[in-house]
Amino acid sequence: MKQQIQFAIRSWRAMCTRSLILCFISFLMVVPAFADGANSVTNIFKPDGPPARVIFNYTMLVLAICGVIFVTVMALLIYTVARFRHRKGDDTHEPPQVYGSNQIELAWTVLPLIIVFVLTLVTARTIAEVQDAPPPPKAVQVTIVGHQWWWEIRYPELGIVTANELHVPVSDAAQPRPTFMKLESADVAHSFWIPQLAGKTDVIPNRDNLMWIEPVTPGTYLGNCAEYCGTQHARMLIRVIVHPPGEFEQWVAAQKRQAANDVQVKVGRDLFFSTSCVNCHTINGTEANGKFGPDLTHLMNRETLGSGVVLNTPEKLRAWVRNPQRLKEGCYMPDMQLTDEEVDQLVRYLLTLT
Amino acid sequence: MVATNSEFPLTGPLPSTSIVTRLHALVVTVDHKKLGLMYIASALVFLVVAGLMASVIRLQLAFPNNNIVAPDTFNRLFTVHGTTMVFFVGMPIVAGLANYLVPLMIGARDMAFPRLNAFGFWMFLFGAGLLFFSYLGAPGLSGHGSAPDVGWFAYAPLTGRAFSRGNSTDYWTLSLLLSGVGSLSSGVNVVATAFSMRTKGMTLMRMPLFVWMMVVVSAMMFIVIPPLTAAQIMLLFDRFFGATFFNTQAGGSAVLWQHFFWIFGHPEVYVLMIPGFACVSEIIPVFSRKPIFGYPAMVGATTMIAFVSMSVWAHHMFTVGMTSVGNTFFAVSTMLVSVPTGIKIFNWLGTMYGGKIRFELPMLCCIAFLFQFLIAGLTGIMLGAVPFDWHLTDSYFVVAHFHYVLIGGMLFCIFGGIYYWFPKATGRMLNKTLGLWHVALFFIGFHLTFDTMHIPGLLGMPRRIYTYDPGRGWEILNLITSIGVLFQIAGIACLAWNILRSLRKGEQAGDDPWDAWTLEWATTSPPPEYNFETVPLVRSARPLWDLKHPEDPDWKYE
Amino acid sequence: MTNADALILPDESGAWTLPSRRKVALTCLFVTESSMFTIFVVAYLFYVGKSLIGPYPADVLETPIVSTICLLSSSVTILLAERAFHRESIGSFRAWWALTVLLGAIFLGSTAAEWKRLIVNQHLTISTNLFGTTFYSLVGLHASHVVVGLILLTLVLVLSLRKSIRPADGERIQMISWYWHFVDVVWVVVFSVVYVIGR
Repeated sequence: MKQQIQFAIRSWRAMCTRSLILCFISFLMVVPAFADGANSVTNIFKPDGPPARVIFNYTMLVLAICGVIFVTVMALLIYTVARFRHRKGDDTHEPPQVYGSNQIELAWTVLPLIIVFVLTLVTARTIAEVQDAPPPPKAVQVTIVGHQWWWEIRYPELGIVTANELHVPVSDAAQPRPTFMKLESADVAHSFWIPQLAGKTDVIPNRDNLMWIEPVTPGTYLGNCAEYCGTQHARMLIRVIVHPPGEFEQWVAAQKRQAANDVQVKVGRDLFFSTSCVNCHTINGTEANGKFGPDLTHLMNRETLGSGVVLNTPEKLRAWVRNPQRLKEGCYMPDMQLTDEEVDQLVRYLLTLT
Repeated sequence: MVATNSEFPLTGPLPSTSIVTRLHALVVTVDHKKLGLMYIASALVFLVVAGLMASVIRLQLAFPNNNIVAPDTFNRLFTVHGTTMVFFVGMPIVAGLANYLVPLMIGARDMAFPRLNAFGFWMFLFGAGLLFFSYLGAPGLSGHGSAPDVGWFAYAPLTGRAFSRGNSTDYWTLSLLLSGVGSLSSGVNVVATAFSMRTKGMTLMRMPLFVWMMVVVSAMMFIVIPPLTAAQIMLLFDRFFGATFFNTQAGGSAVLWQHFFWIFGHPEVYVLMIPGFACVSEIIPVFSRKPIFGYPAMVGATTMIAFVSMSVWAHHMFTVGMTSVGNTFFAVSTMLVSVPTGIKIFNWLGTMYGGKIRFELPMLCCIAFLFQFLIAGLTGIMLGAVPFDWHLTDSYFVVAHFHYVLIGGMLFCIFGGIYYWFPKATGRMLNKTLGLWHVALFFIGFHLTFDTMHIPGLLGMPRRIYTYDPGRGWEILNLITSIGVLFQIAGIACLAWNILRSLRKGEQAGDDPWDAWTLEWATTSPPPEYNFETVPLVRSARPLWDLKHPEDPDWKYE
Repeated sequence: MTNADALILPDESGAWTLPSRRKVALTCLFVTESSMFTIFVVAYLFYVGKSLIGPYPADVLETPIVSTICLLSSSVTILLAERAFHRESIGSFRAWWALTVLLGAIFLGSTAAEWKRLIVNQHLTISTNLFGTTFYSLVGLHASHVVVGLILLTLVLVLSLRKSIRPADGERIQMISWYWHFVDVVWVVVFSVVYVIGR
């Protein structure tokens, strides 16, 4: 019996040590992830711009409070278990029977209440700061429409429609230029989340939600759809491309152009307009005005295809047109059953849509 | 009515009757102990099934761009895994423990309504059957999909006819409706039993805390399960009669479903968790050799949790675009739950403080529970802190958090409960070496998996994705998470082997192997069909302590 | 055991009475049902005025005064029947009980007539708009409880006519009566929501 108890204690200690080591190891493995500077970062502890920064500061406070509580209670637990363990040769007497104490109960009711009170005040303030921020007059207005499984991005004031990649100007403290987004859904619920720029906001049909970002560093920021929305929820990625000063205007000008109409790719172009491509896609300045799929007017301006499923290279574009189902199983773009030659011609046309 | 049962008592050598006769006896039984064991046994079977589903999920996510299961298959796996774990593992374990122990602990001969009790069990089992039958039945004539793939909280309008064709969602709905009826019958029974069947002298404030907590849980069920039932009825009307409750095209609201679901869904977490607390509140005093610290405070805190938990549901919806006032309200109520929960943790610590802690298996599980539940509570506070939650919700952090609550919290309590009451239910002890292996392996596996799982969430990994691209720092973390599953499987295998082995070869337990104080230890192990020949007079919350220590009985201090 | 038994404490000398399990269980059922009706009422109120197309409640709903009076007065008649049962005057019990059944049936019949008018004349079905969806669900949920109640009431009436109800069944009778009162109270809520607030 005693041996068993000793074994229990020993294995218990071993378990505790091991879990501590494990925590340490996993922490070590996080560090490189935290330190990774490439544009594939989606770390909430590397915020960029006001809303994310406000949330980050608040997060740190919450973590600190929770850390203090953890250390205190853990110390109590370890002390109690170690100090009051049953000892060898003490099999006779029961310990003194204590039934409770109202003073102590009161103490450990009031203390947490005080912590909750403090947290409440900070929380209310932070919520209001992020959620109720009024858009300044210079803010860029964007409407984002979630579809199964891609993002439609509209700039109503600029008359631009694009997909999956949100282009915004960089903001700086002297001249704040945040982007305010109206979120709508064409089908089911989605959620828009760029971890470095802001918390997530759900994209819900029959309801307009608002959120804003204000990146202060140019670059590309990644994100995912964060509300389960069906088969390809995993492949509904978002990119935010933050342009340095001036570049955003160039991008806007490029997007406002009509689609290219290159006579050399007439065969591919005719193919596009004679198959059902036109039913779902829009190409500005042509009779293609489908709304079900992404706008293709400036397709080659985008970095990825299929809402982030692959990079937008000619080979991948060819593979996508050949059979989208192989790259993104279950997506609503069907396999068009084109011959190799037709695919080549079609891709040649699409490549001109810069 | 119970004549058939007495031919096949659980004690003694098995009668040499045919398997059909024995199964028939199980089907027609209305004995609370048999039904309780049937609940627990089926829950453990479903635990293994849904656990294996989780293993496939982890296998798929172990490496980036993995292709072990198709996207739709993956979505079905996590939907059925979640639904099974909540409704067909958690709920029946709660019902099973309550069924087996409540009458024994209050000195009653059976539940208040034995036949209703059997009805509840069969409703639960039929509901579970419907869910799993969807794999076979739902493809049917329509040819659309098999098992449900809408997620366990099935957000509208993904469940509408436009987006979920075929019948898989209908199977899900009906299965939850039925199991809800089962849970409610069991809940009514527990409350009626505790209020109307107590033995002489057992006033409400002398009931074991276990019974108190089961009563509170059942009372919570009356208020929180009907919203789910109502929402399911509405969904069925939408899908079958073309009603427009959640049809956003016809002006319906997708957010209304979320409200209805979480009015059920959040208190449901406490419905699952409080029975865990109930086990801990029985085990810790016995193995610390002291009465529970602050019995009235524990009763009060449990009731407080029940009340407050009903006003916190929308903390699952901080990102749906509520007003800042609404968000703040639900943040405050959520943080307030931590106060009574904290009282409980401190009371358990207070019970251990000054005791003589015996490190038997049930106690080891409880200590692990205290450690893990502390962390789960703190990550819960982080999730309740709205701005932080805007990042954390629907990320892997929240997945890690609720697994911490339900595995690190509830399941460890249930393990403790199994080690503690197995001798009572079968008359045999579970093997201690195997038990230590189980607890150790599962503990390691649990921490490998779920400690690690928090981090991808902080690194931007959303939940419910069937795969991910490399390069965001998620790969190694997901691999460790998946490796942990191997340890958990090994641990569960030890437990299963231990149970099967000990049923036949376990050491004889005797009536009271732990030197405990509540009434169930006053009868034989396993108890006879009628539970007690004579019930000791109850003068305090620890009737057997009074018997064993006539020189210093509890009732002197009441 | 002997030492402990030798002492008799004050609270053990008295009688040990506990509440009836039927009453406890039925109270639990009422909590459950109230919770369920609350959700349907909330859905109704949430969708008031949100229908995208007609017909709208103000155009087609007529306040069911007569059937409401019938249902509410049936609560009184069942109370009288219960009193008669306790006095063991079985003839009077049967009369009041039969009247209760009749009043309940009138209520159900007028609901049926209302639905027929709405469906056939006004072309309002459950799938027409949000009003139709919430109206038929809420009123239908209540009506289904009336149906259950009527079945129970009729069963008791038949059993009583066959003389197979004994004075010992008093509590069972009382439970059915409780249920019937509950259905009445729910109707008051449904009536105010659908015919007063929702219009």
